[in-house]
Amino acid sequence: MSQTTAPSRRKLPKLSINLRQYGILAALVVIIILFQILTQGRLLLPGNVNNLIQQNAYVIILAIGMVIVIIAGHIDLSVGSVVALVGAVAAISMQTWGLPWWVAIILSLATGAAVGAWQGFWVAFVGIPAFIVTLAGMLIFRGLTLVLLTGGTIAGLPREFTAVGAGWLPPAFGELGGRDLLTLAIGAAASVGFVVQQLRARAALRRLELPREVGGSFIARMVIVVVAIMALSWALAGYSGMPIILIILAGLILLYTFVLNQTVFGRHVYAMGGNLFAAQMSGVKTRWVNFFIFVNMGLLAGLAGVVSTARAGGAVAGAGQNFELDAIAAVFIGGAAVQGGVGTVVGAVVGGLVMGVLNMGLSILSVDAAWQMAIKGLVLLLAVAFDVFNKRRGGSR
Amino acid sequence: MSNVILRMVDISKDFSGVKALDGVSMEVERGKVHAICGENGAGKSTLMKVLSGVYPAGSFDGSIEFEGEPVAFRSINDSEHLGIVIIHQELALSPYLSVAENIFLGNEIQNRGRIDWNRTNREAQLLLARVGLDENPATKILELGVGKQQLVEIAKALSKRVKLLILDEPTAALNDEDSSHLLGLIEQLRSQGITCIIISHKLKEILRIADTVTILRDGKTIETLDSHSPDTTERRIIRAMVGRDLNNMFPPREPHIGEEMFRVENWTVHHPVDVGRTVVDDASFSVRAGEIVGFAGLMGAGRTELAMSIFGRSYGTDISGTAYKNGRQVNLRTVDEAIKNGLAYATEDRKRYGLNLIGDITVNVSAAALSRLTKLGVIDRNREYKVADSYRHKMNIKAPTVASITGKLSGGNQQKVVLSKWIFSGPDILILDEPTRGIDVGAKYEIYGIINELAAQGKAVIVISSELPEIIGLADRIYTISEGRITGEVAREDATQETLMHYMTAGRN
Repeated sequence: MSQTTAPSRRKLPKLSINLRQYGILAALVVIIILFQILTQGRLLLPGNVNNLIQQNAYVIILAIGMVIVIIAGHIDLSVGSVVALVGAVAAISMQTWGLPWWVAIILSLATGAAVGAWQGFWVAFVGIPAFIVTLAGMLIFRGLTLVLLTGGTIAGLPREFTAVGAGWLPPAFGELGGRDLLTLAIGAAASVGFVVQQLRARAALRRLELPREVGGSFIARMVIVVVAIMALSWALAGYSGMPIILIILAGLILLYTFVLNQTVFGRHVYAMGGNLFAAQMSGVKTRWVNFFIFVNMGLLAGLAGVVSTARAGGAVAGAGQNFELDAIAAVFIGGAAVQGGVGTVVGAVVGGLVMGVLNMGLSILSVDAAWQMAIKGLVLLLAVAFDVFNKRRGGSR
Repeated sequence: MSNVILRMVDISKDFSGVKALDGVSMEVERGKVHAICGENGAGKSTLMKVLSGVYPAGSFDGSIEFEGEPVAFRSINDSEHLGIVIIHQELALSPYLSVAENIFLGNEIQNRGRIDWNRTNREAQLLLARVGLDENPATKILELGVGKQQLVEIAKALSKRVKLLILDEPTAALNDEDSSHLLGLIEQLRSQGITCIIISHKLKEILRIADTVTILRDGKTIETLDSHSPDTTERRIIRAMVGRDLNNMFPPREPHIGEEMFRVENWTVHHPVDVGRTVVDDASFSVRAGEIVGFAGLMGAGRTELAMSIFGRSYGTDISGTAYKNGRQVNLRTVDEAIKNGLAYATEDRKRYGLNLIGDITVNVSAAALSRLTKLGVIDRNREYKVADSYRHKMNIKAPTVASITGKLSGGNQQKVVLSKWIFSGPDILILDEPTRGIDVGAKYEIYGIINELAAQGKAVIVISSELPEIIGLADRIYTISEGRITGEVAREDATQETLMHYMTAGRN
């Protein structure tokens, strides 16, 4: 009896969750169309699409770490300084110590993780609020960067290293009509992979007799994603090919979506953000979870440091200025809740892209940098206000 | 009669279908101390919130007359304006502000927008003298003990020219000396013409200072007694408080009691902040397989503190004592260890400690036993869904799907989610703290059925409750707890509400 009514009734909550997620995505699409019109089609030129990815890779990497921090109810203000510190470590290890590029990258990531462990220790085991610990970290690591670089710049980094942030995969399959075939092949493989994964998940649901998404919406969603992937690879194939950083980003997005949705660690992060006491009373080792959240954030800040240093081609003491604010803004635009407990990797990534498209669109329109900043601030405020308004109307208090 | 300062007529109030007050009427005479008694949940606090405007006029039925005039308070400011001041059990003082600042908080003595500190301190001094508190008005609140803080609250009430002072469990957190001083002060205020309403569980105190006693039960006025009459005894009040029809409240059950499953010896716990205070004092108890053991105690008696300190030291400091499971000593130093040793604790405050309210039913049901659904740290979400859905059916959780957000469920359904979570953790010993608080009668019956079922499966079940009929209806054996000590152990056959209440109100001396 209840089985006949269940499927139709369960559409409601599912739909509202989807609306929330698609709301951010829809905003991104609107912004892209808006700037495409305002810039008379220049926004989506292949070169600009390529730059959009390479320029904003750091925000997306940081936002992935930050969304976990924020879901757990913390904040990390230090990531910009960590990016600068890691850049300095990478540059010094190659230029001063003569280490090979891949050792430098490992050393950089280790530095980031060590910084994260330091901050995680204070937050998790000493019990100092993350706001204070990372505010201190912001000063400490910026200071250390200045010490390491003695105020100067280290440039002329090896090509293998800079390729991480500003390079492309070699055109292994040649090209056809000016389009890199490898890029198109990767796009096609990603599309097939996505469709296969979705179909398999759906088949598992059917086998276990669990409720499934409505067929029409399922197909529509797959078509939209596949079209987006192919359009992106088409554009990139017409420029310099597949940016190495895009491969890294895709890997991170998949990995961290998996971590947050399917692993015990991810579940504990949501549980702690939703109700810390209830999590403790359910046996969650909240201190260790907090510690690893910050180690992970440090590791990703280290990667962002590598990527932005690689793209800049050298280390400067002033690198990474305001990166923490970009990452935090991306996370909140992406639908995370200020009180914690809510947020997704995909949301944070989309939030990062919203910021990126704004940056690029405004730059193409030669809007003054000062106004760009003000506009980004307004977008952040409106995004969160929209979210708060939505929740209030939902009546969940 | 002008002698009546307050008249409340036919007050009813319900919370989403649950009747908290059902046609309560009472009259309070001017210049008298009027006590209100009743079990937890009888409606005392709700009635006082109606009176003080916490629940604004219109949110309840019935009428209130104060000093002969009908009144309709929209907020607590309105009632204070007329001289009705309520002092809650949880004191509302700002710890880092001084005594004088607290007394005049929200009511500052100003001189063209600037606070007149000289007058503030002088008047504070006078008020402190009236309540018999010999402290500098500049002392910070956190430097004072609870007893003195209580006096500051009264001084604050006096500063508002109080006519009717309402005290909710004023002595619950006080030691004997502070209590006796406070009661003396109430008598003194009465002689100055201030009317008092006092809510208290301590019947001895009530008989000492009150002129009139009104007894509430299940949201109704049972009777109003003249406490000076020789017929008004503790026994008489207890009977009025608890006398209720128990027929058919509890599903039938045939107990099958096995071997001893869990035993605690000499358990002592100190307050986490006020470390000198003993919250649980040398408690020893045991529970057998298939047995339901009740813990009866009034609010603040130390029941929850006892349970939480056993459950992975979730409460308190300087905990001593030993716990045995199946005769073997077990370490329960963290919640994780407690769960691994087969303990489960469903908390009294499910919103604060029990549930992730923004999470759906699925994540709440699996929260305490994720390891049962994981391989190498990866959750099998399809199985998780199936488990949650099976509990939704088994426990009759009224929600369209397990993707429903728990914060939007009713209290009874939330409690069923909490129980599902702990049952899924596969425990041997379940401690259920106030399992039916804030739940309507129908859901209560279902939860009693679940508790019986757990015992029938051979689990040891401990039920903590301040509702005596519930304890007597469920438990095979009952411990009473008062002021942190276990004051009695009563078999089901011998348990009456009167005997239990006697042990539950037993003082230290």
